[in-house]
Amino acid sequence: MARFGIGDKVCVEDTYPLGHIRTPFYIRGKHGVIADFVGEYLNPELAAKGESGLPKQPLYRVRFNQADAWPAYKGPSTDTLDVEIYEHWLAPAVE
Amino acid sequence: MTEDAKHRGYHDIGGLEAEPIDQSEHVLEPWEKRVDAMRMLLGDNKRNILRADGLRHAIETMGEDLYLELSYYERWMAAIMNVVDQRGVVTRDELFERMAEIEARLDLQDVERRPFPGGN
Repeated sequence: MARFGIGDKVCVEDTYPLGHIRTPFYIRGKHGVIADFVGEYLNPELAAKGESGLPKQPLYRVRFNQADAWPAYKGPSTDTLDVEIYEHWLAPAVE
Repeated sequence: MTEDAKHRGYHDIGGLEAEPIDQSEHVLEPWEKRVDAMRMLLGDNKRNILRADGLRHAIETMGEDLYLELSYYERWMAAIMNVVDQRGVVTRDELFERMAEIEARLDLQDVERRPFPGGN
């Protein structure tokens, strides 16, 4: 079951574990909004180690403001960036 | 957390300063297609030896120096070599023995050696 719905505000985990991590370094700790539900997939972090990767993890397309993602961003404030992020890397954003 | 304490994989370079990206297309060499085919076969449901996540893990743990030196499909090849060796499918010794046999049979001279994990 997907924990988040489209439009939910989320924060990416600000952690830096070793191993095969699909969440890009640059987006960790940033706030975004759920733009789409992509599907459920084997957990790549576990599958990478030869484990089954079950249970499957929901994968979301999360939208960020470019200005939030990059401290020195000089483009228009309306520019956004979509990143696909697994559910276990997301927490509800604290207002 | 200080910036220094944050582990960043050497492949995870989004946002770092870099040279312009070479966006020109190139034709794949036959050996590159073979490496791709081998990976597909190793990851099918019959074999289940190396799937995409395992391939990425192998590439992301081969060490930064090697990673930067190898081309895209050389990284795949090195990762496949490591995994089939670890899994006992084809050991490193068996592989190098076979390579030596082929070089001798074809009388190959000046074979270009590419680096692989653990040396060769």
